[in-house]
Amino acid sequence: MIYFDNSATTKPYPEVIESFMKVTSDYFGNPSSLHGLGVQSEKLLSAARKQIADLLKVKSSEIYFTSGGTEGNNLAIKGAAHAQGNRGKHIITTAIEHPSVEDACQSLTRMGYEITYLPVNEFGQIDVTDLKDALREDTILVSVMHVNNEVGSVQPIAEVGKLLKQYPNVLFHVDNVQGAGKVSLSLSEANVDLCTISGHKVHGLKGTGILYVREGVRVDPLFHGGNQETKIRSGTENVAGIVALSKALRISMNNQLLYHDKLQQIKTYLYKGLKEMDGVLVNSPEEGAPHIVNFSVPGLKSEVLLHALESEGIYVSTTSACSSKKRTVSKTVDAMYHHSARSESVIRISTTYGNEMEEAKQVLAAIQKIVANLEKIMRVAK
Amino acid sequence: MKFDHIIIRYGEISTKKRNRKGFVDKMKAHIRWSLKDIEGVVLTANRERMYVLLNGADHVPVIDRLKGIFGIQSLSPAIKIERDLEVMKTAALYYLNHTLEEVNTFKITTKRADKDFPYNTDEINRAIGGHLLRNTEDLKVDVKNPDLNLLVEVRREAVYLTGEIIQGAGGLPFGSSGKAMLMLSGGIDSPVAGFLSMKRGLDVEAIHFYSPPFTSERSRQKVIDLAGKLAEINGSMKVHIVPFTEIQLLIQKQISENYSMTTTRRLMMRVADRIREKEEAMALITGESLGQVASQTMSSMFAINEVTNTPILRPLITMDKTEIIKIARELDTFEISNLPYEDCCTVFTPASPKTKPKREKVNYYESFVDFESLIEKAVSETEILTVKPGQTFDKEEAMEDLF
Repeated sequence: MIYFDNSATTKPYPEVIESFMKVTSDYFGNPSSLHGLGVQSEKLLSAARKQIADLLKVKSSEIYFTSGGTEGNNLAIKGAAHAQGNRGKHIITTAIEHPSVEDACQSLTRMGYEITYLPVNEFGQIDVTDLKDALREDTILVSVMHVNNEVGSVQPIAEVGKLLKQYPNVLFHVDNVQGAGKVSLSLSEANVDLCTISGHKVHGLKGTGILYVREGVRVDPLFHGGNQETKIRSGTENVAGIVALSKALRISMNNQLLYHDKLQQIKTYLYKGLKEMDGVLVNSPEEGAPHIVNFSVPGLKSEVLLHALESEGIYVSTTSACSSKKRTVSKTVDAMYHHSARSESVIRISTTYGNEMEEAKQVLAAIQKIVANLEKIMRVAK
Repeated sequence: MKFDHIIIRYGEISTKKRNRKGFVDKMKAHIRWSLKDIEGVVLTANRERMYVLLNGADHVPVIDRLKGIFGIQSLSPAIKIERDLEVMKTAALYYLNHTLEEVNTFKITTKRADKDFPYNTDEINRAIGGHLLRNTEDLKVDVKNPDLNLLVEVRREAVYLTGEIIQGAGGLPFGSSGKAMLMLSGGIDSPVAGFLSMKRGLDVEAIHFYSPPFTSERSRQKVIDLAGKLAEINGSMKVHIVPFTEIQLLIQKQISENYSMTTTRRLMMRVADRIREKEEAMALITGESLGQVASQTMSSMFAINEVTNTPILRPLITMDKTEIIKIARELDTFEISNLPYEDCCTVFTPASPKTKPKREKVNYYESFVDFESLIEKAVSETEILTVKPGQTFDKEEAMEDLF
């Protein structure tokens, strides 16, 4: 099996599962309980928080645990919008955000918020001058993803942060679900106020995630209840998942230091190989994240190619995993190229640490063979 | 272009004469320790200043660490460049763009030690100043009170650029004042008292009184977390955890209720003094602030202090609670201290403790009870932990594998 769908989810590291098992069976106390079992769980929780804060070079008190990327993005956007709503009702985001950002913003329009969507160029990047032009008196929040989940384009987060530093009333949220552990981002240098990370994209477990909230930034909770996570996120903490997440993030960031070049080599190999292939258009920018290559075979429906690859034991995605059930076109590819045949036939390959060049060679050969075969059968017009 | 060294200016040490070397050596050792994991940096010192040669290391983390070291008055990043006016201009712009604080006004002060340099001071000032103004927005010259006074020193071997002055932590180098024992309760005040003592060069160890089951494990954890914060200053902090339950129970049984608090404090003092003696320290430190609570009135202190003639340092004695909280917030200890767990001070507090206890009376009450054997026992059963910065677990090392 060749698993090249790591942007949908990653396989948890064995050490991470080990930690989860041990904590969930040996330290099952509720961290809010006053007795010793509770104290132990609370210690584990604060140690995990500290480790994550150290890895992200922020303070422990700025780390909040969530159930994953979707909750993190919703909490950041709706929570910040509700807390700042009396100052303004304008939010700026991009045309290529993940649905959990896009739809969270969309849901606010029913409460009178206005959303501006920034366009992207053919490299899948926004232009900071567009953002500057879009800023208004009543803008309260700018939400820009770090690494795009479909094509892997990397947004100029540091530049956006530099611009927004001059607008102290505008909060800056970054969806870093796809970037964490793969593309470096300094939260302090980029003046980020809110940042979402998901556990299962960094070889942790599903149902875990992090929202970074800069000290002094007010966010209204989505969940009310026992006032856990300093009232921002009520609900008994998933201690085992959180400890596992702190380990997963540590190992992933460590692997980033050690194996970034190897990941990049595999991507470059896939990118170049696909670029040279007949009938194939590469959608990812060459300068994008080192783990995502997105391509189209215009005229060939994504799903057909996906299943053909599956029969060879190769697992990839059409668009993003979350949208793929809707049978829609790729939003990002559409925003980049405005070409429907291209955005309807999208395949995303996403790798991670531990993938080998040999696998990439097999995948490329398989694509070549399948595309040639299918084009004959389906009489793809060239 | 990169900053290549950092200038360190001494604070009060510079007023020392013949014993200055001792202070400088202590500070040098502490700086070396704090920079030990940053590759390449070299520290040199003379009577007036120290220099950290960066050798390619990034200056920001180095400055960040130096800012926390006691004995340093101020710091300035500096660049050494070749004697070429164009390079000097580029370097000046780089310096301006990389200051930690925002600069809105500036001036240039050139010192030309080498009179053979083809441009005179005025020409250099003008060339560099003009270059900065042309390449920035909203920057103004202010020769009276500039945000940045950029010093350009032209020497025979090279040109040096510096100017940004970053405030250091002040105080005296770590350990230069000897050792003292801090009574660390878990409240807001005692960690601040510890910090201020460390600032004056004291090597501080903590003593905590632990009374299970009347105080929870969380209050003990709180003390470990606080010690972990203070340990950031010099790498570790020793914490003596005294089992105090038996003594407290005896006090409850034998001492008249309104004097129980006074006696409790006297006994804590006696135990602490015994540990101090064992550890060869020369003072006790408390977070007392005059009149804050019943045990901190002048009469109480007079009655409590009677049990020892060891110096008791009370760095917070004249401070208001709001001033103390301000420092605690800066130290990041406030949030830890403010967690609502029972500690030994709160559980046994009588409804109306004496605010004006009398020495005769407390001595009279205590004369019927033999505390000595329990004091001995408490001291011998005291648990000693060495807490590292940010450490969360006191002994369950097995837990470390989980991360």
